Amino acid sequence: MEFAELIKTPRVDNVVLHRPFYPAVEGTLCLTGHHLILSSRQDNTEELWLLHSNIDAIDKRFVGPLGTIIIKCKDFRIIQLDIPGMEECLNIASSIEALSTLDSITLMYPFFYRPMFEVIEDGWHSFLPEQEFELYSSATSEWRLSYVNKEFAVCPSYPPIVIVPKAIDDEALRKVATFRHGGRFPVLSYYHKKNGMVIMRSGQPLTGTNGRRCKEDEKLINATLRAGKRGYIIDTRPLNVAQQARAKGGGFEQEAHYPQWRRIHKSIERYHILQESLIKLVEACNDQTHNMDRWLSRLEASNWLTHIKEILTTACLAAQCLDREGASILIHGTEGTDSTLQVTSLAQIILEPRSRTIRGFEALIEREWLQAGHPFQQRCAQSAYCNSKQKWESPVFLLFLDSVWQILRQFPCSFEFNENLLIMLFEHAYASQFGTFLGNNESERCKLKLQQKTMSLWSWVNQPSELSKFTNPLFEANNLVIWPSVAPQSLQLWEGIFLRWNRSSKYLDEAYEEMVNIIEYNKELQAKVNILRRQLAELETEDGMQESP
Amino acid sequence: MEHIRTPKVENVRLVDRISSKKAALGTLYLTATHVIFVENAPDTRKETWILHSQISTIEKQATTATGCPLLIRCKNFQLLQLIIPQERDCHDVYISLIRLARPVKYEELYCFSFNPKLDREEREQGWMLIDLSEEYKRMGLPDNYWQLSDVNRDYRVCDSYPTELYVPRTATAHIIVGSSKFRSRRRFPVLSYYHKDNHVSICRSSQPLSGFSARCLEDEQMLQAIRKASPGSDFIYVVDTRPKLNAMANRAAGKGYESEDNYSNIKFQFIGIENIHVMRNSLQKMLEVCELKSPSVSDFLWGLENSGWLRHIKAIMDAGIFIAKAVSEEGASVLVHCSDGWDRTAQVCSVASLLLDPHYRTLKGFMVLIEKDWISFGHKFNHRYGNLDGDPKEISPVIDQFIECVWQLMEQFPCAFEFNERFLIHIQHHIYSCQFGNFLCNSQKERQELKIQERTYSLWAHLWKNRGDYLNPLFRDDPSQTQGTLHLPMTPCNFMYKFWSGMYNRFEKGLQPRQSVTDYLMAVKEETQQLEEELEALEERLEKIQKVQLNRTQVKSKQSEPSRHSGFSTSDNSTANTPQDYSGNMKSFPSRSPSQGDEDSALILTQDNLKSSDPDLSANSDQESGVEDLSCRSPSGGECVPSEDSGKDRDSDEAVFLTA
Repeated sequence: MEFAELIKTPRVDNVVLHRPFYPAVEGTLCLTGHHLILSSRQDNTEELWLLHSNIDAIDKRFVGPLGTIIIKCKDFRIIQLDIPGMEECLNIASSIEALSTLDSITLMYPFFYRPMFEVIEDGWHSFLPEQEFELYSSATSEWRLSYVNKEFAVCPSYPPIVIVPKAIDDEALRKVATFRHGGRFPVLSYYHKKNGMVIMRSGQPLTGTNGRRCKEDEKLINATLRAGKRGYIIDTRPLNVAQQARAKGGGFEQEAHYPQWRRIHKSIERYHILQESLIKLVEACNDQTHNMDRWLSRLEASNWLTHIKEILTTACLAAQCLDREGASILIHGTEGTDSTLQVTSLAQIILEPRSRTIRGFEALIEREWLQAGHPFQQRCAQSAYCNSKQKWESPVFLLFLDSVWQILRQFPCSFEFNENLLIMLFEHAYASQFGTFLGNNESERCKLKLQQKTMSLWSWVNQPSELSKFTNPLFEANNLVIWPSVAPQSLQLWEGIFLRWNRSSKYLDEAYEEMVNIIEYNKELQAKVNILRRQLAELETEDGMQESP
Repeated sequence: MEHIRTPKVENVRLVDRISSKKAALGTLYLTATHVIFVENAPDTRKETWILHSQISTIEKQATTATGCPLLIRCKNFQLLQLIIPQERDCHDVYISLIRLARPVKYEELYCFSFNPKLDREEREQGWMLIDLSEEYKRMGLPDNYWQLSDVNRDYRVCDSYPTELYVPRTATAHIIVGSSKFRSRRRFPVLSYYHKDNHVSICRSSQPLSGFSARCLEDEQMLQAIRKASPGSDFIYVVDTRPKLNAMANRAAGKGYESEDNYSNIKFQFIGIENIHVMRNSLQKMLEVCELKSPSVSDFLWGLENSGWLRHIKAIMDAGIFIAKAVSEEGASVLVHCSDGWDRTAQVCSVASLLLDPHYRTLKGFMVLIEKDWISFGHKFNHRYGNLDGDPKEISPVIDQFIECVWQLMEQFPCAFEFNERFLIHIQHHIYSCQFGNFLCNSQKERQELKIQERTYSLWAHLWKNRGDYLNPLFRDDPSQTQGTLHLPMTPCNFMYKFWSGMYNRFEKGLQPRQSVTDYLMAVKEETQQLEEELEALEERLEKIQKVQLNRTQVKSKQSEPSRHSGFSTSDNSTANTPQDYSGNMKSFPSRSPSQGDEDSALILTQDNLKSSDPDLSANSDQESGVEDLSCRSPSGGECVPSEDSGKDRDSDEAVFLTA
């Protein structure tokens, strides 16, 4: 297919662009295969450069010959284009519609994007499972790397390499895989060096209605317990949902078969409930007509912060089991690809100082989201403005990022990165020039040959010039576990995401700048003082030497 | 002391508000001025001090097997739940506190016994720190249009106004007196703020006694005089801050509002801020929400909305914004009133002034603003904040709302204010504490009669002395936002107004951010200053040595500079904190009650050590989470910045968890 077929009108003059907090711009609108570009005619600089894949929905209106296209983006921005000429407007609208909903992944921009920067470190090789495992293997010999999923045959949504208890061989893993949803047998998610306790994750056990059991499964998870120790299984679903799952062949671990484990049910919502929550929240944020009370009730009705609270609470509980109770845990929901990952990754943010560094956080995203098989392609296909109710969209990853932001807000000095990194990840999960978030799992990414054909997001982020934007000037390494508050008074709407386009950030930006200045100036002085002190010391020893003979 | 039935009760439990698992065992003391709870735990001996004047309500609840619960709610939003083993003791404490918390004479208040060990001269200087004559001078007064009037000498015309008042030059004594007779409580229009750049003023008064049709020539002339005093505009705004319905109802009582037909060249505007009763109930409802035990997000947001509190805050802000725009953009003077002109009028005038004039966004300027718009113009502190036993219907969080408006502005303009959140919180605390004389009584006249300045100390001097604690590290005194007016959108940006948990949940530290950016930056700035000094000293020495070497004179200079501490990293080791109760109702974790020390605590509370203890530290509360207190980050070696709610409060939870 040629993009040209989809672009009926590649260029329209005298188009007026309206954006909140910017004056209207008149210019020339150009459509390319992947971008919508508007450049003002005066100085020929681009005023707008928008990826088609960032477009969530469009509306069109006509007043006489003047057409208006309202473009709603996946990052929640809304822009308006006034296009003279009904035919041009219709053409542009239908082209945008077609180009923003291409169904073939290989037509997406990452396959066409050629970076303008020099790749110093190829992000595709930045976080290899073997390297990650080395971080653990120095502390424990109870775990091993398994290549049982090398061909993605045992579990299609797992990476080729996983970490499993040393005592369990690949044959047993294959058997366990048949007993777990989607073949997702329990694997290591996190090793708590402080006390050797672990977080494992998996899919639900396929017990069905007649209480099927699997000796290898029991053996596998028991292999992770120290003698005489008990562990916790955190099921992210409420008990009744887990019970209902049995009718469909799923289920939960019967205490009789797992006597050393205590099961805890939580209720993290999934799929369309989260999607609807996001739609309501964004609607409320965009509606400026209602009064104060209406705003609060709409914020409440969206349930967004309720979801945040539930996710954070579960993650804190998991962290508490590990750190305070000294117990290992297994986490799963149904598939083990959504709420499970929210919990395992947030627990690591709380427990592990490394995951609060930039590099460590990237590794966490790579390990717990990308390789762990969170279906990004499905979940992030549409955002808050999408009307067509497709089953798979869900802001699971955004909720995770929001939860991290909540912790960051409560511990502003304990993270090496700032809010911008989280916002950037949100944007790229939904629309990107990089291949990192394409596909639903490693198997799909392999088939697409993303490593050969596209650029990794990390190659770009980890350049020093980019990193500085994401670095938190307040950061001071904090090696302790950080326990966030999950009380409603402590949870806030993430303005940087949800009000980003609805309020001017001028004064907040100024404050950030001032903060950077204060710290930079301090560092500068520190450096100067150190130099002078050294000089002085040298001079004084010279002095002494001259004196002594 | 005659009101104290029992000065000491042992084996009292202080219940933790967030997690019911932990209650601290200790001894409760009643003194003439404080309720004090001292924990038995021998390593901490944590003390919680509550001033009697902070006590808002005392509630004795039904006796249970463990004892008799006593709930003490404070005006600074602290909530203390005690369990007293014997019903009889509980009753005695209850009866004593009921009396102690409701003094009937001013002389019973803490400020008359509080002695910060300053001599007379220091005290007098303290009272001179804030000088309103200076402030009017700063505004450019008197000038060709405005003059100081002595019409209210000895409070002859209006007993709730100050004696020093600015009025238009063209307003004769005859006009003023005539106008005063046509205004509620004779609070005639006077100047509140003068915008000298364009000769525009904000004036204030009470409502006119217009009824359905009454007129008063002098009052009409008074408004004319105000208009003529700003020659740039051919009209003035008259802003009635009440809801229209309330104002209309007042007409039946012979009061009301100005008719555009009778007053020439006015533009009349209602801005619906509710009355003190609505506000009192609203706060009550919001505090109930804050008190909820582990509320869901829905409970919280629904309750917050239902309280209407943020809607009221927004109404006050909107009024202030309206006036600031009229003054700075339209160049029109504004006369503001409500009913008596001492509640909503004070709120609105001070919010508008704060928006218009960067001076009021500085530490000293803010003190001046409160002194001018609230204290001098007869805001009824005693009635509103219940310092003396009085009509509970007079109580209302009027100035609390103003203080919150300032906080909301600080959130939106982080670089525009010289002071920080702690400054606001401490002012709020002391409005109720009665530890300083500033906020006593209902008017200047009463304060003068009581000889407050001779018998008590000024809060402003106390705050100024400790100003280092109150600075906003992000304050910029040059760029755009501190110069002139703060521009807020008039469009309804509701999401800009947020719940202030730092105030209303401030004693629940577990709910607050665990690291303070403000304190961190203050520590950095302090270190920067030391570095600057050291740099200078080093440069000097270097120069000297080089000179010496050049001259070949061999004078050995001594190495005296101590090696510098490495940054601020030391205090970070104290970033210990404990998890909250995340498991909800589930019994998955056995509760681990701390091992209680049974030793009797023998604390001798003499009046002397009572007085010497810093009252600012008295407000400790028991907290869930012992997170590091970043105020300890002072680079000068981990010394605690005194703050009324940090202080000596070391958490014991950590130990409990670790030894368990």
